[in-house]
Amino acid sequence: MPVNHKKSPSLPPPASEVGIVVWVKKNLFSTYANGVMSLAAIVLILLLLPPLLDWAFFSATWSGSNRADCNEDGACWIFIANRIDQVFYGFYPAELHWRPNLAGLLLIGLTIPLFIKSFHYKNWLGAFILIIYPFIAYFLIHGGSFGLEVVSTTKWGGLMLTLILSAVGIVASLPLGILLALGRRSKMPMFKSVCVVYIEFWRGIPLITVLFMASVMLPLFFPEGSDFDKLLRALIGITLFQSAYMAEVVRGGLQAIPKGQYEASEALGLNYPKSMGLIILPQALKLVIPGIVNTFIALFKDTTLVLIIGLFDLLAIINLALTDSEWLGFDDEGYVFAAFVFWVFCFAMSRYSIALEAKLHTGHKR
Amino acid sequence: MKKITSTLLISSVLALAATSVSAGTLETVKSKGHVQCGVSTGLAGFSNADASGNWQGLDVDVCRAVAAAVLGDATKVKFTPLTAKERFTALQSGEIDILSRNTTWTLTRDGSLGLNFAGVNYYDGQGFMVSKAIGVKSALELDGAAVCLQSGTTTELNLADYFSANGMTYKSINYDTSDATIKGFEAGRCDMLTSDQSQLYSLRIKLENPSSAIVLPEVISKEPLGPVVRQGDDEWFNIVRWSLNAMINAEELGLTSANIDSMKTKSPAIERFVGGQGGKLGIDDAWSYNIIKQVGNYGESFEANVGLDTPLAIARGLNDLWSRGGIMYAPPIR
Amino acid sequence: MSELETVQKPSNPAVWNNPKYRALFFQALLIAGLVYFFYSVVDNTLSNMESRGISTGFGFLTEKAGFGILQSLVQFNEDSSYGRTFIVGLVNTGLVAVLGIFMATLLGFGMGVARLSNNWLVAKLATVYIEIFRNIPLLLQIFFWYFAVLAGLPSARNSMSLGLGIEFNVRGLYLPGPVAEPGFLITVVAFIIGFIALLFMRQWARKRQDETGQQFPVGWSSLILLIGFPLVVFWASGMPMSIEYPVLKGFNFAGGIAVVPELLALVLALTIYTGAFIAETVRAGILAVDHGQTEASLALGLKRGQLMKLVIIPQAMRVIIPPLTSQYLNLTKNSSLATAIGYPDLVNVFMGTTLNQTGQAIEITAMTMAVYLTASLLISSVMNWYNKKMAIVER
Repeated sequence: MPVNHKKSPSLPPPASEVGIVVWVKKNLFSTYANGVMSLAAIVLILLLLPPLLDWAFFSATWSGSNRADCNEDGACWIFIANRIDQVFYGFYPAELHWRPNLAGLLLIGLTIPLFIKSFHYKNWLGAFILIIYPFIAYFLIHGGSFGLEVVSTTKWGGLMLTLILSAVGIVASLPLGILLALGRRSKMPMFKSVCVVYIEFWRGIPLITVLFMASVMLPLFFPEGSDFDKLLRALIGITLFQSAYMAEVVRGGLQAIPKGQYEASEALGLNYPKSMGLIILPQALKLVIPGIVNTFIALFKDTTLVLIIGLFDLLAIINLALTDSEWLGFDDEGYVFAAFVFWVFCFAMSRYSIALEAKLHTGHKR
Repeated sequence: MKKITSTLLISSVLALAATSVSAGTLETVKSKGHVQCGVSTGLAGFSNADASGNWQGLDVDVCRAVAAAVLGDATKVKFTPLTAKERFTALQSGEIDILSRNTTWTLTRDGSLGLNFAGVNYYDGQGFMVSKAIGVKSALELDGAAVCLQSGTTTELNLADYFSANGMTYKSINYDTSDATIKGFEAGRCDMLTSDQSQLYSLRIKLENPSSAIVLPEVISKEPLGPVVRQGDDEWFNIVRWSLNAMINAEELGLTSANIDSMKTKSPAIERFVGGQGGKLGIDDAWSYNIIKQVGNYGESFEANVGLDTPLAIARGLNDLWSRGGIMYAPPIR
Repeated sequence: MSELETVQKPSNPAVWNNPKYRALFFQALLIAGLVYFFYSVVDNTLSNMESRGISTGFGFLTEKAGFGILQSLVQFNEDSSYGRTFIVGLVNTGLVAVLGIFMATLLGFGMGVARLSNNWLVAKLATVYIEIFRNIPLLLQIFFWYFAVLAGLPSARNSMSLGLGIEFNVRGLYLPGPVAEPGFLITVVAFIIGFIALLFMRQWARKRQDETGQQFPVGWSSLILLIGFPLVVFWASGMPMSIEYPVLKGFNFAGGIAVVPELLALVLALTIYTGAFIAETVRAGILAVDHGQTEASLALGLKRGQLMKLVIIPQAMRVIIPPLTSQYLNLTKNSSLATAIGYPDLVNVFMGTTLNQTGQAIEITAMTMAVYLTASLLISSVMNWYNKKMAIVER
């Protein structure tokens, strides 16, 4: 009997298992209760989505120059367009916008190689970005040397200020956080208790009281005549506050390193700094990168609080625009736009953090 | 290693910080090259940043005058926007050199906050603004009303006094900033907004339809507003006080930024005004000339910022010179 | 070979190489540094305050405050002291925190379970909710719910009547309030008796189940004891309570229970924001329970409801509680953003108005921080206790 070795083509799944109707039935109306919930959900969507889309897109006004151009039924985005410079740069002089732009582009340009697999000098580049780049950015944005005109920090604002606050906050709090985390796991009781008290103190109080203290009371703690910039003081407050959270993230990483690693490095005769610096921390920090990104997201959102101490971050600029007597009554547009900007940043970062977690979590997953 | 270095670092930084010398405000200002001035977070006519971030207003001009007197350049001022809550702490802590933020002169503030009021640059009184729609003609009809106000001001205390004296009750919503206050009023959160009358006018133009609200005739308090400095630095106190006095005296003498160059020798009083006396205050002899030339006299500043030709349209009233029926009266420069 | 035979005696390490002394030295250095740090800060502060003539001490707490506060659950009027404003702010903060924690927990658990629902639409809706609201700054959400929504509400005169005497307008939400009349005490006593009976009943039911395996409908009987019994007593004693409806009087509604819009907006924003985080926590907790548990309990014949209540949730709780605690702490601390919309919480009243009237920043800030620190420590210790209790169940 001739044997047919050829594979017969796979048959399509039975008709009762495919098609939209079947999918809908399976996923939405599998049981009576499920059906009710689905219907409720559909009603909810129909109630919310069409008016929302209509307001934000179809009936919205996208071009024009003043109030009269606005369509009554929809969002009036020209309100935002009118202030877009302030939204991005605050009161930074318009003819000097190239400076923060350049700083931003430089950062993006420097970061790209970090994502290229075949690039070999990632550590050096990373160190450059963390240590040298901030100075370059400071000189570019603040000016004051190399013939650049000084732009005082009181003129910084908008999205630029939001990014600066959160980036500096996270970079500056990392080393302090690592020290605190190591201290909290130290066998020396004094170091341990000092670190525990520090961490619990900062984690126990609201950021707003920290900012208030930093903005108005800090100079009282120092001898008369010592003068700090207001932005710098806010940054000090944010960094001290954030380092406590950072310490807990890093501690999580330190705890996840198997005990064998500690014992092995001791057995190799490495002293404390070497065993930490060469064996434990590189592994632990790799583990906590997603945690750091999450902390960054939290900080990014928290920077909005600086408006309470009179710095003009993105939200404060929007608030300011909302009190412009020419453009009153655009609260929805203003807040929705600000929410959208924050959302895009936070959502992108949280996706990135999830992807990183999946990529990095290989070695220690049981 | 890290611990040792960090410990060393921290203690050395502290040692450095602890040994820096304390100096008077005048020296500090001269050495840093600018006057740090505390202003409001935005109050049209008094201190307000325009779209490009330049500050202007009646209170701002006082700071500019001090900068002109001390540094010879009215533009050498940096502004710190402060909420009502922050203002005294900011001044006490040394963050700012002058507080010029429509601040009322009271005994408590002079006596126990460690502050000194250097004079009055605007005589004000607390009033009420209500929406026309509720049809109220007098503040005495406002029993049971909800009131929007800015927290951390004398307004809160005056309001409580006024209502309890007249046997009325109220609910106050205390906002952080005047912007929030006017937004709450606009949204109808409260029946009336109370604040110094000058502020009521400057807030009213922030309404979508300014004519929909009226300012009631009652003035329930005295609110002399003026620049404030820290207590215990008499040299600086004098400079701020006489910078303001110079502006008022100049108006009395008829000196303006436009005519001061040509008027220099018109009368002995003007000669005295223009010609020096700065040494007695510890500053340059050209101080008064610089103020008038660069900032202008009090009347000029008033008209440019809050006067009848501005959206605020405030008449001089009490703030006119004593010789013209007001109570603006500055001690003579001699 | 010879090297092996020579016995090497460890040389006595120099003092500076002895780990014990080294540790002591570093710690002494740390203490010295800290002492110096705090000494110089305190010294600077004191000398700064003295040279600027700022008054110090807590004497201000007994002085008359002389201003009004929008909402106070404790007795407060213009004659009350500054110390009283502290209490009022504290209670108001507590109110927001408790309401927020309660509602955020409900919303969070609901959404967390919904995200795992096998109903595709429901799961996606929950996902959209979570991803949108946890990625938008809380302060922005508070501003939105307060300023943007407030502007759209009707005035007090055109108030929306939501039925049952509930009124909703720009001045807040007005609910009918119960007013107790003499004789109401009997109902209260009945409620307490019902509660005690309930405790006994539960103990008895558990014992019976342990001994005989028979289940007793605890849920329904609890409801009857706790609500039904007092209701019957209330009715039997002639309903000694009247309901006061809010009515428009002058400018505002009076009577009943008034919920100010500041509180509404704040609780709403805190609930929605924190709820999104709690939902993620809950989802992670449920996912952490091995699927075998579900299969095993279904094989044992447990119903879906029992499966959740008796098997999944108790195990998931162990994973959920630690992050849940930090969410509760966050919510409590975040309630301080109230100050941005004028809700009279601790930061707004005490660190705001009172600080500004008295100018005593150090004392007031220290007191405010102490409150939040205490609250943090309190919540985390309660949660630790609960966590321990849950952990003991592990076999």
